[in-house]
Amino acid sequence: MSKKIGVFVCHCGINIASNVDIEELIKYSSNLNNVIVSKDYKYMCSDNGANLIKDTIKKYKLDGIVIACCSPRMHENTFRGYVENAGINAFNLEIANIREQCSWAHDDKKRSTEKAKSLVRGAVAKARLLESLEKSTISVNPNALVIGGGISGIQTSLDLAEKGFKVYLVERTPSIGGRMAQLDKTFPTLDCSGCILTPKMMEVANNQNIELITYSEIENVDGNIGNYKVKIRKKPRYVDLDKCTGCGDCVVACRLKDRISNEFDMGLGKRSAIYIPFPQAIPMKCTVDENNCLMIKHGKCGKGPLCIEACEADAIDFSQKEEFLEIEVGVIVVATGYDLLDPSKVYEFGYSRYKNVITSMEMERLISSSGPTSGEILCPSNNKIPNSITYILCVGSRDETSCTWCCRIGCMSALKQIYLIKEKFGNKVEINISYTDIRSFGKGYEEFYRKIRGENTNFFRGKPSDVRNIQDRLKLDIFDTTTNKLFEINTDLVVLVPELIPRMDSDVFSRILHISQSSDGFYLEAHPKLRPMDTFTAGIFLAGCCQGPKDIQDSVSQASGAAGRAANILSKKELEAEPQVAIVDVENCSGCSMCISICPFNAIDLVEEKGKKQAKVIEALCKGCGACVGACPSGSMQQLGFKDKQMIPMVEETVY
Amino acid sequence: MKEEFEPNILGFLCNWCSYAGADLAGTSRIKYPPNIKSIRVMCSGRVDTVFILEALRKGADGVLIAGCHPGDCHYQSGNYKTNRRIKLLKNFLKDMGVEPERVRFEYVSASEGQKFAAVVTDFVNELKKIGPSPIKE
Repeated sequence: MSKKIGVFVCHCGINIASNVDIEELIKYSSNLNNVIVSKDYKYMCSDNGANLIKDTIKKYKLDGIVIACCSPRMHENTFRGYVENAGINAFNLEIANIREQCSWAHDDKKRSTEKAKSLVRGAVAKARLLESLEKSTISVNPNALVIGGGISGIQTSLDLAEKGFKVYLVERTPSIGGRMAQLDKTFPTLDCSGCILTPKMMEVANNQNIELITYSEIENVDGNIGNYKVKIRKKPRYVDLDKCTGCGDCVVACRLKDRISNEFDMGLGKRSAIYIPFPQAIPMKCTVDENNCLMIKHGKCGKGPLCIEACEADAIDFSQKEEFLEIEVGVIVVATGYDLLDPSKVYEFGYSRYKNVITSMEMERLISSSGPTSGEILCPSNNKIPNSITYILCVGSRDETSCTWCCRIGCMSALKQIYLIKEKFGNKVEINISYTDIRSFGKGYEEFYRKIRGENTNFFRGKPSDVRNIQDRLKLDIFDTTTNKLFEINTDLVVLVPELIPRMDSDVFSRILHISQSSDGFYLEAHPKLRPMDTFTAGIFLAGCCQGPKDIQDSVSQASGAAGRAANILSKKELEAEPQVAIVDVENCSGCSMCISICPFNAIDLVEEKGKKQAKVIEALCKGCGACVGACPSGSMQQLGFKDKQMIPMVEETVY
Repeated sequence: MKEEFEPNILGFLCNWCSYAGADLAGTSRIKYPPNIKSIRVMCSGRVDTVFILEALRKGADGVLIAGCHPGDCHYQSGNYKTNRRIKLLKNFLKDMGVEPERVRFEYVSASEGQKFAAVVTDFVNELKKIGPSPIKE
């Protein structure tokens, strides 16, 4: 029986209508075979549009629907719902994308209209042969994986745990806490960073629903929304976590005490080869640094490792090996954070060439009372108190030769540090700040900026050409664009505020997770405005700076949001699965097994029935890519919703 | 005056990367010639060589197949398989007297709206040089 097709053309306000002649498109489409009715409306996705679709389907007893509108990635689901409301199966709908891939992309209205006609013609050709499909259901594993134990990962884990879901929180380093743990104070309220973070870290440690897996990496992720299988590599700590009490006796005893660069202090301080990263670490356990420990590197440590001697709990175990752990979860929240741009890449500012050129994160550790100088701000070259400090903002940021984006925290973090420096030294120390624009956009930020601006701080709008070292002082020239004057500045300490960049391994990791990156390298959200926590991969969500630079408040908001999005899935026992899987025409299948070698998911088996070998699709494993269909020499492998007999007419009619 | 030849191009775009990239070009209002008309497939791996031959037979002057970058395939490896299939097809086309340049395989990610527009523009210009397809029915 031939299909009765209705074509619905959306104006999308003027988004489509201004560049595609709707009247002509309607006239054209109504002359296509099988098209019973063509209608247009200003906003087809609106309530009125929904009613129009429903009423028209019922009136004309339509069983094939073509909607010419925005991308199916935008509203396919919306329209499927409208079609279903009219009592027909949602898979009898085909969308012609005449907005993103037509009216918005081309200038010439006449040619855009011709293209729109082709797209509608192709869609109608496919719609003639579409079939009703039934959605299958998949069970949902109610556990969650959160990757990254910074403030975002912590917040997501706590929220999910509070909703009653079991959470695996995997952290790469020995302790959770992330970047926030390294900060002294936070802007604009000057809360003590540790004081507001530590209670949350403790909550993670004590929450029965959270299983904390530190010093571990994600090796592999398999599966789909509702049922992910995750392989985790636990790196050897060489310390038995059950026995270690975190007393730190081994740290003091270590032969390499105060000889290894301390990453938590940004390399400004020293630690032992066995260490606890910082005083509030969770878990409060020791870790042996295998890149430096003499026992591990050389197989011996003097007459015997002093740490073993010192440890009364007998917790140190040099025989530990890496272990692999497999877990099953329904959703994954990625909260892997950011890296800081290495400022030595901006050569002219002298970082790594001049000792007294430091980064703002290094300054943060100098200001911190638990830092390497116990809170004294000293010039690294001579350990003297600086008389003049100069901040350079936007190092590598908003710069077409480096990173084009704004780091969103640089201005405020520098202003905060200036406040803290003033608090220590008053006006005894001269403060200069070289900025591009001060971006104080958040709640209370502008007020904070004004406070600093009023306090004997020299603001220069412009970047210095370079930083030079002249007799233990640093010299820089800034052309200030607000006064049109060149200022020569002699200073003791230069603080660079570097760009926030994606994690070094974010490309590798995006492949493990099958999520996309935006052109800057951060993970790509499914929609910048409306789905900022989702990825295009169902069941995988984003929280914090892995999606783009953010301050703490925005990270926490997104983390709670991601937890909410994840809980939407975890709270269901079953989910509907897309039915566009592969099927085999057993009559024609010769059992050549080509499809089996193509399928990346081992979703096809070779079975023997009545003495005849044939392929069999395991529906639960099939993800609906259609690669086997493209490869099948006999055409007996087909993909529901993308069958050859649907696609070839579409190809022919679109081209024609 | 003779009207300039406007090549007719059919595109096959994978849902996860290239179709999203093409959408992004539109959303960002990056302009490219309307010569291309695209069909969405879930994976570039679904693109049967029959689709391409059928498109050429029906009058396409060029066929663009775009998929995820190496390593980025939503289905792990569909893009590699298509890439290989298209290399074979190109040899076949050459033997049949059809310029293999009429079929193009490109990697376009979801964030590469600019690249998608550039690829289409370049393909249109190339096909203008090659001229109309000899195998139009």
